[in-house]
Amino acid sequence: MPFDWLRAGPPLAEWWDLRDLGNAVGGLLGWIDDRGGPSWLPYVVSGLIGIVGILLWSVFSQLFFVWAERRLVARIQVRLGPNRAGPLGLLQPVADALKVLTKEMITPRNADRLLFWASPILVMVPALVVFAVLPFGERMVLADLNVGVLFVIAIGSINTIVVFMAGWSSSNKFSLLGAMRTVAMLISYELVQVLALLAVVVFTNSMRMGAIVGWQDDFNTWIVFVQPLALLAYIFAGAVEINRTPTDIAEAESEIVAGYHTEYGGIRWGMFQLAEYVAGFAIAAIVVTMYLGGWTLWGLEEWVPGWLIFLGKLYGFFFVFIWMRGTLPRLRVDQLMGFAWKYLLPLLLVNVLLAGLEVLIWQENGFAAEAVLPAFAVANWALAVVLVVGWGQVLGHLRPEHRAKRPVLVKEVGAILYEPYPLRPGGSVPEA
Amino acid sequence: MSVGLEHFLVLGAVLFAIGIYLALTKRNAVAVLMGIELMFNAVNVTFVAFSRFVESASPLTGHVFVVFIITVAAAEAAVALALAVLVYRNRETINIDEINLLKW
Amino acid sequence: MDDSGSVVAFWTLAALTVGSALMVVAVRNLVHAVVYLILSFVGVAGIFVLLSADFLAVAQVLIYAGAIPVLIIFAIMLTPRAARDNAETSLGLPALPLVGALLATIISIAVVTDWPEATRGGFEETTSVIGEALLSTYVLPFEIASVLLLAAMLGAIILVRED
Repeated sequence: MPFDWLRAGPPLAEWWDLRDLGNAVGGLLGWIDDRGGPSWLPYVVSGLIGIVGILLWSVFSQLFFVWAERRLVARIQVRLGPNRAGPLGLLQPVADALKVLTKEMITPRNADRLLFWASPILVMVPALVVFAVLPFGERMVLADLNVGVLFVIAIGSINTIVVFMAGWSSSNKFSLLGAMRTVAMLISYELVQVLALLAVVVFTNSMRMGAIVGWQDDFNTWIVFVQPLALLAYIFAGAVEINRTPTDIAEAESEIVAGYHTEYGGIRWGMFQLAEYVAGFAIAAIVVTMYLGGWTLWGLEEWVPGWLIFLGKLYGFFFVFIWMRGTLPRLRVDQLMGFAWKYLLPLLLVNVLLAGLEVLIWQENGFAAEAVLPAFAVANWALAVVLVVGWGQVLGHLRPEHRAKRPVLVKEVGAILYEPYPLRPGGSVPEA
Repeated sequence: MSVGLEHFLVLGAVLFAIGIYLALTKRNAVAVLMGIELMFNAVNVTFVAFSRFVESASPLTGHVFVVFIITVAAAEAAVALALAVLVYRNRETINIDEINLLKW
Repeated sequence: MDDSGSVVAFWTLAALTVGSALMVVAVRNLVHAVVYLILSFVGVAGIFVLLSADFLAVAQVLIYAGAIPVLIIFAIMLTPRAARDNAETSLGLPALPLVGALLATIISIAVVTDWPEATRGGFEETTSVIGEALLSTYVLPFEIASVLLLAAMLGAIILVRED
């Protein structure tokens, strides 16, 4: 009956059940099969539908989020943001797109023509291809690979070479410098990313994204509750991989003009910006799938369509990225690298070790999940706090050089000083 | 029209031949290294093709071999490029025709 | 593998791989040669997917297409006054018949031999089996490979340190 879906229940396999858009695609493929076509036609059609869907969704989301990001960052910085182009500035992305499309595309004289032309195109490739393994719903995955997690990491590593090519082919010393800094940053945080995702795979025992969401659905828990440290590390590593503040050393506007995309004008620069936003959505989608439960919400997905829940979580998480951009100052490149190698890497290795230990204890003794997972959650959260604070203390990061002790009124000058060393009462300084 | 083991073996052989040609004839040491990496890839293709098509008790041994080859190739590329950079620092050239100090 | 999809995929990927490898030989700019090399590696990753080696395909993209070209380009960048025109040595022309003979030998052996073919078809999931093999049967080469990687890292760092 067509209105069975108003009562709760998992999505039916009928084409009009919009709770899972894959049903509509499945209906279309069944129709094609009934009309008798070649056997490869359903694959091609479903692939094309997925590709077109991802492209359209990512571009239109990006249009909205250009506006949202600028208004939100402006609000955090106590200013207004774009409010001229259309009501509330809502047509600002359209204005930006028109500007980008009509600007002149200058090619430097000594630029390497093939690579200069190819780099803006190639920079979109990793950002878009990653969406192929991310499940928007139960049947809404373009390619549910058995090695989905590793695929995500591999496609992220292609970003490195593309960014380097873009900087190299510009025949501009500062572009090359920006590209080298970016490459150093990206390869350091690739390792952090792998270890953070590995902690999830240790728990779910599978690298398939559908299985990871299924694990979170079966055990009624989000992996963030069991692996908070991994999520924090992955958020940071993800921000680095997509060159967002606080880690946008590649395109730090006030430092190195525009880093590796200085020489690109017009739609070429537009492609770099588009790729940055789409990659941001990709990282948000990975976080939502692997740490935040994907398209499930403890049974709500039987009322609200799973893909709406997924998009809601994705946009909600992207707000965290925008918040980080508005709030945190930019890190120096050596601070960033030191953070990855000295701080995050040992923490994540300990985290993976502990995750493996916990899963081993769980599997060997056959405990019930309801008893064991809350214990793991409490232990892991406590451990995360202890490790973050403790390792920071060990490395000396939490010891500021000049910590204010108490204000001292200096009688002669009439000012309030923070004393770096203890003064005697009366204001006299002890001899050295 | 089907694709069998011979097709993959011929593909591996062609890649290997191109890799050997690069390693034998290029003047730049980095280009020689690119040929060596191509040869490694050809061998990987051959291993995986055998693992897929040939009867065996443990068919995925070929894949394990390829994992080791990829690892060792990466390490060897790093060291070879470090050596090339070091030679450049001392001789200011990377032309293998001119790095012939051991020739009598 | 005789369904039309596999056949089309094989010929496309083989053309991509071999064509890119030939462009590495022929192109006159070293950085372009690296780009064609990356393309060739991605083609080999596609061949791995065709041979149902999913883990190896992704590992190939991760390491060969994502990390080793960065190494090569850094090496090219750190040798600025070296010739970047990808020219051949004087042995260029005599090497062609040698390589051709080698190719003919290998192809004839591959085609003539009667390999004991299996009828099992492709693998479903290779990752878990590879992982178990690496930690049970092949644990000694695994540990030696990790020590080798450590030695290579240290060696590379010590070699190029400016002391």
